[in-house]
Amino acid sequence: MKIHEYQAKEIFARYGVPIPRGHAARTVDEAEAAAKKLATETGSPVVVVKAQIHAGGRGKGGGVKVAKSGAAEARELAQKILGMQLVTHQTGPAGQKVRRLYVEQGLDIARELYLGAVIDRDRRRIAFMASTEGGVEIEKVAEETPEKIVTVHVDPTVGLAGYQARQLAFALGLGKKETLGKFVKLVTALYDLVVREDCSLCEINPLVVTKGNDIVALDGKMSLDDSAEFRHPEWHDLEDKDEEDPVELEAKAAGLNYVSLDGNVGCLVNGAGLAMATMDIIKHFGEGRGVAPANFLDVGGGANQEQVTKAFKMILKSPKVKAIFVNIFGGIMKCDVIANGVVAAAKELGLKVPLVVRLEGTNVELGRKILGESGLAIQAASTMADGAQKVVAAVAA
Amino acid sequence: MSILVGKDTRLLVQGITGSAGAFHSKQMIDYGTQVVAGVTPGRGGETFDGGKAVPVFDTVAGAVKATGANTSVIFVPPPGAADAILEAFDAGIALVVCITEGVPVTDMLKVRRVLEGLRGKTRLIGPNCPGIITPGAPGIGCKIGIMPAHIHKVGNIGVVSRSGTLTYEAVGQLTARGVGQSTCIGIGGDPVGGMDFVDTLELFQADPDTHGVILIGEIGGGAEERAAAYIREKMNKPVAGFIAGATAPPGKRMGHAGAIIAGGKGTAAEKIKALEAAGVRVAPTPSDMADTLIAQMGSRK
Repeated sequence: MKIHEYQAKEIFARYGVPIPRGHAARTVDEAEAAAKKLATETGSPVVVVKAQIHAGGRGKGGGVKVAKSGAAEARELAQKILGMQLVTHQTGPAGQKVRRLYVEQGLDIARELYLGAVIDRDRRRIAFMASTEGGVEIEKVAEETPEKIVTVHVDPTVGLAGYQARQLAFALGLGKKETLGKFVKLVTALYDLVVREDCSLCEINPLVVTKGNDIVALDGKMSLDDSAEFRHPEWHDLEDKDEEDPVELEAKAAGLNYVSLDGNVGCLVNGAGLAMATMDIIKHFGEGRGVAPANFLDVGGGANQEQVTKAFKMILKSPKVKAIFVNIFGGIMKCDVIANGVVAAAKELGLKVPLVVRLEGTNVELGRKILGESGLAIQAASTMADGAQKVVAAVAA
Repeated sequence: MSILVGKDTRLLVQGITGSAGAFHSKQMIDYGTQVVAGVTPGRGGETFDGGKAVPVFDTVAGAVKATGANTSVIFVPPPGAADAILEAFDAGIALVVCITEGVPVTDMLKVRRVLEGLRGKTRLIGPNCPGIITPGAPGIGCKIGIMPAHIHKVGNIGVVSRSGTLTYEAVGQLTARGVGQSTCIGIGGDPVGGMDFVDTLELFQADPDTHGVILIGEIGGGAEERAAAYIREKMNKPVAGFIAGATAPPGKRMGHAGAIIAGGKGTAAEKIKALEAAGVRVAPTPSDMADTLIAQMGSRK
């Protein structure tokens, strides 16, 4: 789960990671009030109005603007940014509508650095990465000048060791006594935060050094490990449903794994690997014929008939779906449960597009019988390849 | 022969009284797996009826002492799964198989660290995996996990996969062509887990009864690239592969917690390229996994 910058910063503040003063706003009035309040709090009229969306690159896309003269200018900027379709390298061409703002004090910046924590899957450790190249895409730095990124791996039984924190500080040019202690304290707090808040990613880009030698998190990007939701009831309030695909949210609520794609073949599959492979094989046979998968959908191994019905209805309701491919290799999932779910959904909503079904595994005979007796126009497929070719032919025809 | 599990496996089920644990314990007993003990804290002294009576213990250590269990399978829900793994490690279990889906990554980082400290004394498969099976008649074969037993056939092909249902797909294709399996392992779909492809390939390479391997990877991480390096340097048995997720969009988690293209890394194209450079034949579609391996083995004779 991704959260907004202002939410990440609230968590930073709780752990003692320094942040600029700022206030969240959902309306132009709130943004103006926030700017006024900041001016009183800081004694400076300079504020930054920042779009809050779950994507990086907001500044380049025009979602971050400085108001030098105070609240009235902040109001004007808020008017422009709120409601805009913000396009960045991470949003896709359609962009993301801006519904929330964060109004923050302006700082006198001396240097912009990068500090991030990720799960290093190959090393099975939390890795802290630091770079003097702050404020730019870190992926670009990694590709073009990898020597400018310094990485330390943390032993979970020890935690981030003092020498590792200093190693990062020296690499960032923060080894002088005015900054060393501040940075070590910051990065140690950040490690504590990453573990206790179950972050899968935590990035500060840029981490800035002010002209007064303070070290401050000017941005904050945080992804939370969905698997740890059970021990974080507070995450419920951090979720921003406006940032998610409504169909994906509906699927999540029903206990299904669903990802929307751009194609025209609806897929209902059990198991994540098989679901991905089903997308791949549709693309394999459909490429050049205008046929591609419309979604990733894994009903999982333990789904009941209601969940299958729900899943199939979601596909039936999608206007972009021109044909449907049900691909099941029943293990724990029984083929008759799938068949009953498909039939129930199709009877309720009507089946207006071609349906190709490939059933294999547990209770396959029963499943085929249920489909056969349903009266639905179903094309049976003997293998995955057979099914994919049939569904491609149905759309391309 | 086979790898890791077989006639000498004495299995303990952690979470045997839960619904998933109970259901699959029965299935494993039906297949002929020697299920010798169950563990559910607070339920020690009870008996689990799974077609045969299985004693239930409060602790893994107690179960091991009383029954000589040497392998454990875990059906404990996510909040207690990592703890269950650590308890099995501490009791000296040689092979721990964790089926549980949804274990937090930070929990697994700790488990991994403890596992490394054991220096090969204990192996872990999973979490978020279907388990491991050595096909065979009762007394010889051994099924540990949730895979449908009936699709398997005794033979000489090893299968290793990050995905459960794609493993079944590969096994189904092999069996339909009359080709059996030595051992099939699902190593799981999480970003941090136990055995990876390399650990498994080492065992298949050393096993005289495994003549060829199907390796099924997916987007995310670098496990397939590491496997390719191992195959190129150390393996002389034919390997065919498939990588799921060539059409997956970047930045989206595709069901499995580990199946995500992050920062442009972990794409199917990179993995396929690395495997092919190591001499692995990569199936053009998931429907061709068995045929690709059979062709590869034929061409080597």
